[in-house]
Amino acid sequence: MKALTIEPNMGRPDDFYEALVEAHRDLTDEQSQALNAALILLLANHVGELEVLRDALRRARKTVTDNPPR
Amino acid sequence: MNAIANGSFRRPVAVVGAGPVGLTAAIDLAQQGLDVVLLDEDDTRAIGSRAICFSKRTLEIFDRLGCGERMARKGIGWRVGKVYFRDRLVYAFDLLPESGYRRPAFINLQQYYVEDFLIERACELPNLDLRWKNKVVGLVQNDEGVELRVETPGGTDALFFDFVVAADGARSPIRAMMGLETKGRVFRDRFLIADVKMSADFPTERWFWFDPPFNRNQSALLHRQPDGVWRIDFQLGWEADPALEKQPERVIPRVRALLGSQIDFTLEWASVYTFSCLRMERFRHGRVIFAGDAAHGVSPFGARGANSGIQDADALGWRLRLVLEGKAPDRLLDTYDAERVFAADENILNSTRSTDFITPKSGVSRTFRNAVLELAKDHPFAQRMVNSGRLSVPSTLTESALNTPDCEPFAGAMVPGAVASDAPVRCAGRPDWLLAHIGNAFVVLYFTDGAPQDGVSAAVREFERSSIEVRLLIVTRPNAFAGSVSGITVVEDSDGLCARRYDGRPGTCYVFRPDQHVCARSRRIDAVWLRDAIDRATCAGALTLAKEVR
Ligand SMILES: Cc1cc2nc3c(=O)[nH]c(=O)nc-3n(C[C@H](O)[C@H](O)[C@H](O)COP(=O)(O)OP(=O)(O)OC[C@H]3O[C@@H](n4cnc5c(N)ncnc54)[C@H](O)[C@@H]3O)c2cc1C
Repeated sequence: MKALTIEPNMGRPDDFYEALVEAHRDLTDEQSQALNAALILLLANHVGELEVLRDALRRARKTVTDNPPR
Repeated sequence: MNAIANGSFRRPVAVVGAGPVGLTAAIDLAQQGLDVVLLDEDDTRAIGSRAICFSKRTLEIFDRLGCGERMARKGIGWRVGKVYFRDRLVYAFDLLPESGYRRPAFINLQQYYVEDFLIERACELPNLDLRWKNKVVGLVQNDEGVELRVETPGGTDALFFDFVVAADGARSPIRAMMGLETKGRVFRDRFLIADVKMSADFPTERWFWFDPPFNRNQSALLHRQPDGVWRIDFQLGWEADPALEKQPERVIPRVRALLGSQIDFTLEWASVYTFSCLRMERFRHGRVIFAGDAAHGVSPFGARGANSGIQDADALGWRLRLVLEGKAPDRLLDTYDAERVFAADENILNSTRSTDFITPKSGVSRTFRNAVLELAKDHPFAQRMVNSGRLSVPSTLTESALNTPDCEPFAGAMVPGAVASDAPVRCAGRPDWLLAHIGNAFVVLYFTDGAPQDGVSAAVREFERSSIEVRLLIVTRPNAFAGSVSGITVVEDSDGLCARRYDGRPGTCYVFRPDQHVCARSRRIDAVWLRDAIDRATCAGALTLAKEVR
């Protein structure tokens, strides 16, 4: 089974993080949601492998379900 | 049930329900020489707005039954669909970008015409006994047969059959009589369909709108039908009042909002419907076999209701015949169940996904849906995700127990379990179609460069002595082989598309079931292989177990 890369894979993580937050500047929450959705779709297509995407979905969901709101 | 043993009225098969599925089943069985009784409680064909989109596969089945041309001539062929989001075109798709098929991807034809033409065909068959105003009110089966109690204008009859095909529609009274269930998902949404007559010069395409200005937050669909009639579907949402929404005072302004003020139209028919995706756990219950809406239901997006039901009938006819004639064991009918349950699940999956895309069930799914639509305008990958209905294509029955696994590599789509692809050919010097020569019996298709070799005819001739009818069909290169071989059809691969679609080389051979599905293929033919393939496709080898207990 193909797995998601979870070891560092990005040359300049701080630059990316800044760009990510910057991309949402001046947007309403609703617009930000729409941007995130489009971003996920674009990246998912780039990844391509359904197995890898499922792994990512599972990991992402786990970050939420493991930490129920208090 | 004593009368079953005693005789009185007895026939091999009854088909209950003269909708598109029951009519198809009855015609197929009668065309194969069985005496069939077709019972319907009504004496009219479908009224109003029901199915309009009939698929290429359905037309191919109707061609085999002798009424495809009639349908195709009256119907309106189409293959291009356009999808709009709000007020912009998102993308267009072509369902059949390649030529070289006799039939288009789809025709639009009102269901009542389809039923009319099927009835016409049914009336040509002397061994098809079509009885209107015959309502089945009771059913009992045992080892010997099935007894139907039928209310007729002249009183109540008891009729006896070896098998009963239940094609009595979504509410299937037979299902209820037998205490059987159908289960699945009911969607909380309502749709208005309006059939309007107008002379508009819109192209013959399927137009689908997500969230259009004239029906905010909902969807709409426009389709052209024969006789200047157009079908418009408006999504209404669950809160809408169905009785109110179908009033002309409400419908006409909606249509006007879509068409604009320039186009004159008259309203032919309006109704409001809801839908569900349901299926019975099994389609075969002893001597009673369910087909069409009685067995399974889907949402209309994808036009999979009638089209898949017609494929049920297609799969059932030849099996029932072989079993009734004692040429195949009873368990061949269990493979109908396995194949059609598999196909129904595929149809339900597709139609459920379409429904979830069209009617997002949560805020976040709406956000993703809208993001897909926005991206689709200039991102080809997103166009593939837009789901306004995945339009009916036949299932490829890769898991069917009737398939002989490949022993050599093959390219292309014609895997065991696939429906035979059509291709242009020449036969006796005239343009013709490959599919016209496949079906109704087992057919062995053999590719050759020149004259057919002796081995082939010998392998096929073996079957002249067996009970299963097998025909040989030779495909040659253009002009490679003039003349004819007695009793064998020879066609020329005029455009090279037979070889391309089947990855055919000299010596390649395919075996097709009577319903035109590939069941085996090989790079070289021999009598033992062919015997095994046909045994497998008819569940033979267990013939001694023909009376096995279910
Ligand atoms: C709005 C709408 C649009 C659709 N569009 C499409 C489309 O574009 N393409 C598509 O493929 N499908 C479409 N469908 C689905 C399609 O109409 C059905 O799948 C199809 O009619 C099913 O055919 P059937 O023969 O199984 O059942 P039915 O057509 O329902 O026929 C059942 C028959 O059984 C008879 N019957 C019932 N009970 C008894 C009894 N006790 N005794 C004797 N006879 C009985 C009835 O009189 C009826 O004639 C659409 C449906 C709707 C509602």
